[in-house]
Amino acid sequence: MTAINLAQALNQALSDALAEDPRVLILGEDVGRTGGVFRITDGLQERFGSDRVVDTPVAEAGIVGAAFGLAVGGMRPVAEMQFMGFSYPAYDQIISHVSRIRNRSRHRFTAPLVIRMPYGGGIGAAEHHSESTEAIYAHIPGLKVVVPSTPADARGLLLSAVADPDPVVFLEPIRLYRAVKEEVPRGTHMVPIGVAKVAAEGTDVTIISWGAMMKEVRQVAERLAEEGVSAEVIDVRTLAPLDMGAAVASVSKTGRAVVVHEAPRTAGLGAEIVAQIQEQCLYSLAAPVERVTGWDTIFPLKRAEHHYLPDPERILSAVRKTLEG
Amino acid sequence: MRQILAPDGTLTGEAPFDLAETRRLYAAMVAARTYDRKGSSLQRQGRLATYAPLEGQEAAQIGSAAALRADDWMVATYRDAAAMWLHGYPWSLLILGRTGDERGGSSPEGVRVLPPSITVGAHMLHAVGLAWAERLQGRDRVAITYFGDGATSEGDFHEAMNFAGVFELGTVFLCENNQYAISLSRERQSASETIAQKADAYGLPGTQVDGNDLFAVFEATSEAVDRARSGGGATLIEAVTYRLGPHTTSDDPSRYRPDTEPDEWRDRDPVERVRLFLAANRGWDEQFEKETKAAATEEIDRAVIEAESLAPLEAADTFDAMFEEPTLPLLEQRERA
Repeated sequence: MTAINLAQALNQALSDALAEDPRVLILGEDVGRTGGVFRITDGLQERFGSDRVVDTPVAEAGIVGAAFGLAVGGMRPVAEMQFMGFSYPAYDQIISHVSRIRNRSRHRFTAPLVIRMPYGGGIGAAEHHSESTEAIYAHIPGLKVVVPSTPADARGLLLSAVADPDPVVFLEPIRLYRAVKEEVPRGTHMVPIGVAKVAAEGTDVTIISWGAMMKEVRQVAERLAEEGVSAEVIDVRTLAPLDMGAAVASVSKTGRAVVVHEAPRTAGLGAEIVAQIQEQCLYSLAAPVERVTGWDTIFPLKRAEHHYLPDPERILSAVRKTLEG
Repeated sequence: MRQILAPDGTLTGEAPFDLAETRRLYAAMVAARTYDRKGSSLQRQGRLATYAPLEGQEAAQIGSAAALRADDWMVATYRDAAAMWLHGYPWSLLILGRTGDERGGSSPEGVRVLPPSITVGAHMLHAVGLAWAERLQGRDRVAITYFGDGATSEGDFHEAMNFAGVFELGTVFLCENNQYAISLSRERQSASETIAQKADAYGLPGTQVDGNDLFAVFEATSEAVDRARSGGGATLIEAVTYRLGPHTTSDDPSRYRPDTEPDEWRDRDPVERVRLFLAANRGWDEQFEKETKAAATEEIDRAVIEAESLAPLEAADTFDAMFEEPTLPLLEQRERA
């Protein structure tokens, strides 16, 4: 088994899903001949044909609206939004129809579809290409929102998303597409949706994060270890439904917590997580819970984006603040 | 504009079906009007939430739905009860939906009618996807979608027509141009001379028919359905009609249209037109009229009782159709609801 990166793991998962289930098809802008802007669907049209890996017109509402019909009609579409920042034209389809059809038909019709969205900044991309607006999807009843941070989780969660009987928004951390490699078992290897993961065990402080920020969080945990501080790291992995079990168990043990996300601070998911920690383990807390987040600014362009993104220094200083408490 | 049956009930072309079928569809239009008036009346009594009357559009809906095969898909709107009913959606569920109950959106097994779309425009794409799903699964079911003149201004209309054109999908776009989108007149909705001509931009055939002519609507829809079923792609039909009532029970049409205008359209009434035709061809008499109306009234009254006898959803029930299995947060919240 050779080590593969997150992008390759997604490509393999899509390839396996297409091979295994004739109902699966991929549709999106440039997903066929060019294999998508990030090459996640590379080679799939060649292998499975243009009926199953479909290059669509440039129309995000069209892609998701058609995928909705395909799903209601018995298919398992995987729709690609080229960037999260380009998903908003499809937002009405997602919030008004995709998320609601099961409820408004009382289970008579369902929309089992996956909407993939590369998200996050840090690669010096153009405006609108660095969005991290996961909270606006996690806020919508009827949607599941998933975000992997490792190649193995990317594969396992994507296969679960394709198999899920309900719609899943699948966020892909652009910065991590090719950042790390690991061995990923082929064959059916699902990671359940709605289950957080303890990414590193520790006893002194809990750091809770997901997706692209997991890289910085892991670095911080290593640096803290060198200083003799044992940090437990929770990779939330599913933002809706949010699994607080692992985080609550961890904070009850450590008494200290830092939530890290790339999205803007106000009404970010960190707020929900902190609220739940407060509800469920207030009396275990030895210090106020800290948040390290993007600012409430428009994501800055290339030359200034480093001012926005939480870096290990900001995370470290937040951890130290909780340790002083 | 295609027309077969003139407002005075005389033929200007060839009737597309025989007298027996004409009588059946006349009875269907009478049932639709009975349902519709009942709907407005129940709303005034506080027994329905907002109601969107369809009076005046019976031929556009019944004529088009009659051209479908029983297993075809239908994606329609809040004003399309007549089309949905003819395609198998029970009156009782239509009423249940309007009482404010999600269970009204659950069509019986085998009836491929989506719950009526409340948002304007987005649903046209769903019919595109459904036709696509059928083709990919090697079946020849088509998908028809109903929408008004206002919906053609939405971006999703463009995207749906464009996808249907590019992928050559078996979708029938049926625009009920009823002259007003709430208060905005057709002329202010679009500078296009006709809605049908918009099809040109997508490489699709578009056709304008007298939407108050049962025969013309049926014929145009049959042609579109045949084209869709045989792999010939999508069609846009503009059925020119008129909403005789308000947009919904909560608006006042006198604020935006001349009071005399509905009377002018009454002279082109789609139901009366077929009655005149039948009467002139020994297909109608007072007895038939009486029986038809009595049967419709009885059927609708029964449906109202059926809908209203259903107990409302319990608090716990409102959590149960969010996902196939309720998620942990939903289970926790359901306990507290």
